[in-house]
Amino acid sequence: MSTASTEAAEPRDARDTGEARSADRSVSGAEIVFDDVTKTYPGQTAPAVDSLSLTIPAGQVVMFVGPSGCGKTTSLKMINRLHEPTSGTITIDGEDIRSKDETELRRHIGYVIQGGSLFPHMSVRDNIALVPRLLGWDKKRVASRVDELLDLVGLSPERYRDRYPRELSGGQQQRVGVARGLAADPPVLLMDEPFGAVDPITRQRLQDELMSIQEELQKTIVCVTHDIDEAIKLGDRILILQEGANIAQYDTPANILAAPANSFVEDFVGSDSSLKQLALMRVSELDLHDAVTARVGDDGAEAARAARSARQGGVIVLDDKRRPAAWVGLREAERVGTLRASSRDLEVVDHRATLNDALDSMLAASHGGVLVTGRRDEFLGVLEFDTVTEHIQTLTREARTGESDEYAITPSEDELQDSSVEDDTGSGSKHGSEDDADPSRGEQA
Amino acid sequence: MSEQNDPSSAEAGAEQPSHGLGLLVGLPLICAAILGGWTLWRQTAELDDIESRQLAWGTILDLTREHIVLTLVTTAIVLVTAVPLGILLTRPAFRRLSTPVVGFANAGQAAPVIGIIVLLAMWIGFGFRAAVISLGLYAFLPVLRNTIVGLQQVDPTLVEAARGMGMSGFDVLRRVELPLAIPIIMAGVRTALVLVVGTASFATFINAGGLGALIVTGITLFRNSVLISGALIIAVLALLIDWAGRVFERIATPKGLS
Repeated sequence: MSTASTEAAEPRDARDTGEARSADRSVSGAEIVFDDVTKTYPGQTAPAVDSLSLTIPAGQVVMFVGPSGCGKTTSLKMINRLHEPTSGTITIDGEDIRSKDETELRRHIGYVIQGGSLFPHMSVRDNIALVPRLLGWDKKRVASRVDELLDLVGLSPERYRDRYPRELSGGQQQRVGVARGLAADPPVLLMDEPFGAVDPITRQRLQDELMSIQEELQKTIVCVTHDIDEAIKLGDRILILQEGANIAQYDTPANILAAPANSFVEDFVGSDSSLKQLALMRVSELDLHDAVTARVGDDGAEAARAARSARQGGVIVLDDKRRPAAWVGLREAERVGTLRASSRDLEVVDHRATLNDALDSMLAASHGGVLVTGRRDEFLGVLEFDTVTEHIQTLTREARTGESDEYAITPSEDELQDSSVEDDTGSGSKHGSEDDADPSRGEQA
Repeated sequence: MSEQNDPSSAEAGAEQPSHGLGLLVGLPLICAAILGGWTLWRQTAELDDIESRQLAWGTILDLTREHIVLTLVTTAIVLVTAVPLGILLTRPAFRRLSTPVVGFANAGQAAPVIGIIVLLAMWIGFGFRAAVISLGLYAFLPVLRNTIVGLQQVDPTLVEAARGMGMSGFDVLRRVELPLAIPIIMAGVRTALVLVVGTASFATFINAGGLGALIVTGITLFRNSVLISGALIIAVLALLIDWAGRVFERIATPKGLS
């Protein structure tokens, strides 16, 4: 095992011990156990799922990944009995899922699907309220639960509860989908490619939000994805499946990246797995730069003066809830007089975002830095490009002293900067940064 | 979600829901103008004995009422038979039967009403009952087909989502599938209504009443005024019923879909 991966794994390990501790925090999740589960579809000889045995610990996020047709979705849908196993048993919290009526079982398992799959003829409120109403909650409780959930997923209840799905953007629909899945406060949440249908930037935000929701709620989440990056980012554990739902590896992301069990996992994770460790590091682990901030409505010239004396190149304008509203250069600040909220989308990442996401955002914006926000989108600081590259270089150096041919998170500062210029058009695609960085890695090797 | 209203997603031949606002307002105006013109002519024209007897206000109102009753009863019967059958044929257990049943319904529509109506009358007796059955056979297909297509075009992932959330099969049908299929089902009902209004003119041949009587009398007695009056009123009635169907379609379509 390389030192690089051990290094990278550390923060994750810290998180794992956090989970061990979480037993005394309130874990509302339940343990799910697959025992020798086999599913053969009628008319097919090869089983889609072949004697799968698996324990999903309570309160953890387990990602099912694998190539299409590997049985990951079938495995997921057997948990809420949308598919019935041909043989074997599945238990939730020690209870065989077949001991209950299937509709009753499903009402206590959250289900979130790609694109949200909201019912187009029902308002946001009715979509979210569906399961609570099936469970016979009274009106008041349903109404307050709907508002609570909309708040949780970052949508203002007053603005959104009476809208219809077609009046929402893809990301908003997906948020409502998550809220609907959580509506009856189920211990288990099943997610089937939840963020597959939205653009990369929105996906990143939704992932961050899901993580902060999970931090609060501690559900057992089973999530199917084909995107290994998403799995690494969200999962406490990753289940990599081969055809017939044979387990190729079931471990923490750090361990999978550090020690792929076989060549299948290696191929699936990708040859640049060390670069993927950027996805294991959180923005919150790096030092943020302070920045000169001002409020919307403040005098621009004054803010610019303050920034100059602090040797800053710009002013960050915050709204009344300390959320970033604009990021203006000194000249612009002096010119406009009164500072206003920007109409453009700001390059903002959550403090739980990965370095991968942060670099993506920087490349997309061709800014030398990115704004970092914390709880309820409050501004925390600025993550500078240099901080990231320094961190990467430190890791690389440490890795080299350990094992010379397995270093990897490499590109030198200059080269990365070049790539950021190339990416100036701001495509911001997830793989853009990796592809750009790749050649430089080759050069060094 | 937009594919719900995408015409190309429905099976070819299914009647499409329509949402033209212009027709909704314009159609009754046009009908009023035609009827107004005809009334003016009726009041001022010099009519001979036969004509004035046939075109007496009382007679015309009676015939119109008969025609409307025939139409509504037939459509109501078609609705309560074809819609449940369509629902049944989209359930997994009966899905295999949908092709033969639609084929049979197709035959019902292809056979000429005039033939069926007479044959049926000779079998079960002249009058209202035979007329309703033969008209019903004729109007059955569009409602059945649109019910099937309407339910089939509901996004299967939505149905699975509904089941995955813990709705029973009946809940899914009532709260998800039917509301999403309503626009297409209603378009089928509207088509059926218009078909029946037109073909109900044949009912007069088997002594089941209706405005067809004016046309037949007009032809047999060489009274063009009576013939044209009958044709005109039937046409206006068809337009108005189509209009009422559109209005109802609009009301029935769930918010969030249109």
